[in-house]
Amino acid sequence: MVAAIKRPGWTRGALGALVFAAFGFGLVIALRAISGLPLYQTEQTGYPHVVVPLILAPLGFLAGFGCFDYWLRWAVGMPTIPEDHSQHGAKSWKDYFRFNTDHKVIGIQYICTTFFFFFIGGLMAMLIRAELAQPGTQIVDAATFNSLFSTHAVLMIFVFVIPVFAGIANYVLPLMIGAPDMAFPRLNALSFWMLPLAGLLFIGSFLAPGGAFDAGWTGYAPLSTGAPLGQSFFNLGVQFAGASSIATALNFLVTIITMRAPGMTFWRMPLLVWANLSTSLLVVAATPFIAGAQFMVLFDRILHTNFFQFAAGGDVISYQHIFWFYSHPAVYIMMLPGFGIISEVISTHARKPIFGYRLMALALIGIVVLSYSVWAHHMFVAGMFSWLRVPMMLTTLLIAVPTGIKIFSWLGTLYFGKIHTYSTAMLFALAFIVTFTIGGISGVMLGMVPIDIHVSDTYFIVAHIHFVLFGGSVFTIFSGIYHWFPKMTGRMYDEKLGRVHFWGTLIGTWGTFIPMHWIGMDGMPRRVADYATQFGNWNLLISCCAFFLGACQLVFLYNMVVSWRFGPKAEANPWRANSIEWQVSSPPPIFNFDEIPRVVGGPYEFGVPGARHAIMAGEGAEVPAAEPSVVGSTT
Amino acid sequence: MYGRLPIVKMLAATVAMAAVISAVMVSINWDGQEASTAAPKIDDLLNVMIVISSFVFSLVIVMLFYALWKFKAKPGDESDGEPIHGNTRLEVAWTLIPTVIVLFGGGYSWKVLHDIEEPAKNPLTVDVFSQQYAWSFGYPGKDNKFVEGEFHVPVNRQVQFKLHAQDVIHSFWVPEWRIKKDNVPGITTTATVTPDKIGTYQLICTELCGFGHASMRAKVVVESPAKFREWVTGLKETIPQPFLDSIKQDTETNPVPLDAGGA
Repeated sequence: MVAAIKRPGWTRGALGALVFAAFGFGLVIALRAISGLPLYQTEQTGYPHVVVPLILAPLGFLAGFGCFDYWLRWAVGMPTIPEDHSQHGAKSWKDYFRFNTDHKVIGIQYICTTFFFFFIGGLMAMLIRAELAQPGTQIVDAATFNSLFSTHAVLMIFVFVIPVFAGIANYVLPLMIGAPDMAFPRLNALSFWMLPLAGLLFIGSFLAPGGAFDAGWTGYAPLSTGAPLGQSFFNLGVQFAGASSIATALNFLVTIITMRAPGMTFWRMPLLVWANLSTSLLVVAATPFIAGAQFMVLFDRILHTNFFQFAAGGDVISYQHIFWFYSHPAVYIMMLPGFGIISEVISTHARKPIFGYRLMALALIGIVVLSYSVWAHHMFVAGMFSWLRVPMMLTTLLIAVPTGIKIFSWLGTLYFGKIHTYSTAMLFALAFIVTFTIGGISGVMLGMVPIDIHVSDTYFIVAHIHFVLFGGSVFTIFSGIYHWFPKMTGRMYDEKLGRVHFWGTLIGTWGTFIPMHWIGMDGMPRRVADYATQFGNWNLLISCCAFFLGACQLVFLYNMVVSWRFGPKAEANPWRANSIEWQVSSPPPIFNFDEIPRVVGGPYEFGVPGARHAIMAGEGAEVPAAEPSVVGSTT
Repeated sequence: MYGRLPIVKMLAATVAMAAVISAVMVSINWDGQEASTAAPKIDDLLNVMIVISSFVFSLVIVMLFYALWKFKAKPGDESDGEPIHGNTRLEVAWTLIPTVIVLFGGGYSWKVLHDIEEPAKNPLTVDVFSQQYAWSFGYPGKDNKFVEGEFHVPVNRQVQFKLHAQDVIHSFWVPEWRIKKDNVPGITTTATVTPDKIGTYQLICTELCGFGHASMRAKVVVESPAKFREWVTGLKETIPQPFLDSIKQDTETNPVPLDAGGA
């Protein structure tokens, strides 16, 4: 027992959480007693004796679990534990439940954790659709309904889509650039372990008096500043998810900038690396804004700071400006890594170099720059100063240009290629192009102020966001998971089940989200537990398609679990791809490379006679003559 | 090299597909009944966008399916495609043409926005009060008439709705008018509408405001000026003092139309 407490791990983590929580609780009670206040403040927004332990308990868990051990020893001058690589690699499934600094283990930890939250959030979506299948109230009351759609969105955004991309990139990116690991492996592990804590805070809010947070994932003040205790769980969960996101982004930036293999110039980086570089640029600069916004709401709730209290001179609309200054770039944080995945998959399975590689990379950077200047298009009807609308409309419309470049370049990549569609990854990539085009088109319409005035806050918005987030981001996630599944697990998945999952998901997505455009334009507002009977038939159809879509995801789950355990062994390079991660075994060796590879050409040189992307260890004799480093642009 | 592609046939297929989609989509009345001067302008913009979007969508579909049909690998073919890295002229084209299209859309939208917010002479002012989960309405003047849950406006006269919120954000939307604006606590916002069809409509709250959000509705009656005068005169209540006080404390945002040179 004593040994278990001394050793970093779950026992010490649980103890740490308890000790820190008890300390926080004691501190609040003691300070209130000294100040002569009632010991417990249980007005609906208060509960300092719950909120303070909620801040400290996760930190206590992280400390106990071993996330800070190395740094703390170093900081206080104790002898650091010599690196014996005991925290590196996974020999059994138990190693995935430890503090592990191997980017490949962390990648898998990320993906499995985020998919756990994906299925929880999906179950909530099923409940939402069950309630909406008929007008009136059948399954949940209106307050629970508000909690359900708020938690659904928050789980999907903060602990599924954003971090699952970080997970895929964590696994693939260091291999792709020929690095032995990420730049900061311990920070990488800490980033991961903050994530389940955020998810638990979001789900745990259902236990709070007054129910889970119910002000939407946007948490607009003053609805959020006056909401029951559950809202504080959201405010805090966002801090942990945000800190995780920022730390990972810094790690990616440093890794990409400093740890590329010799010869990998910026113009020889695979587009997935470009995509994560641009995403990370967005995360490090934008995410502090949502952290700030949620701290301000939390302070309004428990410290009466009155940032957004109109009666005390606060400014209600400023919340929306700060929130969307993060949350619009967040849309691209949830999309750019997917663009990277699609580029890898399409080029590999069409056996063709990416069409216009440099313009593809520049388009990513263009999106990064423009995405900081469009946030107020979420606020065309919010009552902000009216002159802000037209410039924000123009930048919003212009961001369609780099996005269009990417769509056309993927299509161009297919021409004169040898397109293989046997892989589910390729099917999702091709379907993504069509589905995302529709999401992009409705996005351009929403960018136009007069149309937005009519459809803002209606089901048209729900349709648009699900077309870009489900038909867009989630399709790219599936594509990436299928594509790198052999590399990550060393096993092949079942293509037949993959096809069932693909066609079911495609039909389910269109059936669920296409009719939402119409009912929105025709007058059905979003975020309502009940609606006019005229929309009854459409909603029934939508709900049926949603259940079908949900059921198809179980096929995916089954395929992944069973193939991981029993699938046929995968070769090193089943897709005959060029990038470096496919030149090592599946799964890769514990330190990735015996010898760092040398990069001698572009990543997509399919069909170029004699072209190589990288020379692996032991291939020294075969080094071809220097090749031009210029790829892209003219033929 | 691109001469090998049947560019003309592909373009013809795109135009044909776009024509069919546009014809079907434009013939459907997506937004429902039009009952204000702004509605046909917004619906026209939507229809123009539908036509342009149908073309873009058709282009993507034709390009994708032609490639899948023509360049699909034969079973067992393990060779690579042709090493084409790009085409500068094509890349410039698909950068510039979309830029022109979206800027046209932006200019057109700007024009529509300007038209639907153009202030008219002698508008009627109506105060819209919102609180969880009810609407009430005031007719400022010497009588300060006040009514709950229902309001009337005359047909063919511009109405300036002054929007107020007493607790959290609500949003004022009459779908048939196509006009929406948030009621924001602490400030007064303005929605400008010229109703042009007599009838009864529904005012819908479109900003999440709590558990009663879905049922926060009010009745809207557009009627002849004579009937409207009669109805207003018959109202018994006057705007309560707390509402009048809160209006005084509120600051007014964006009373300045777009072309008046900033706020």
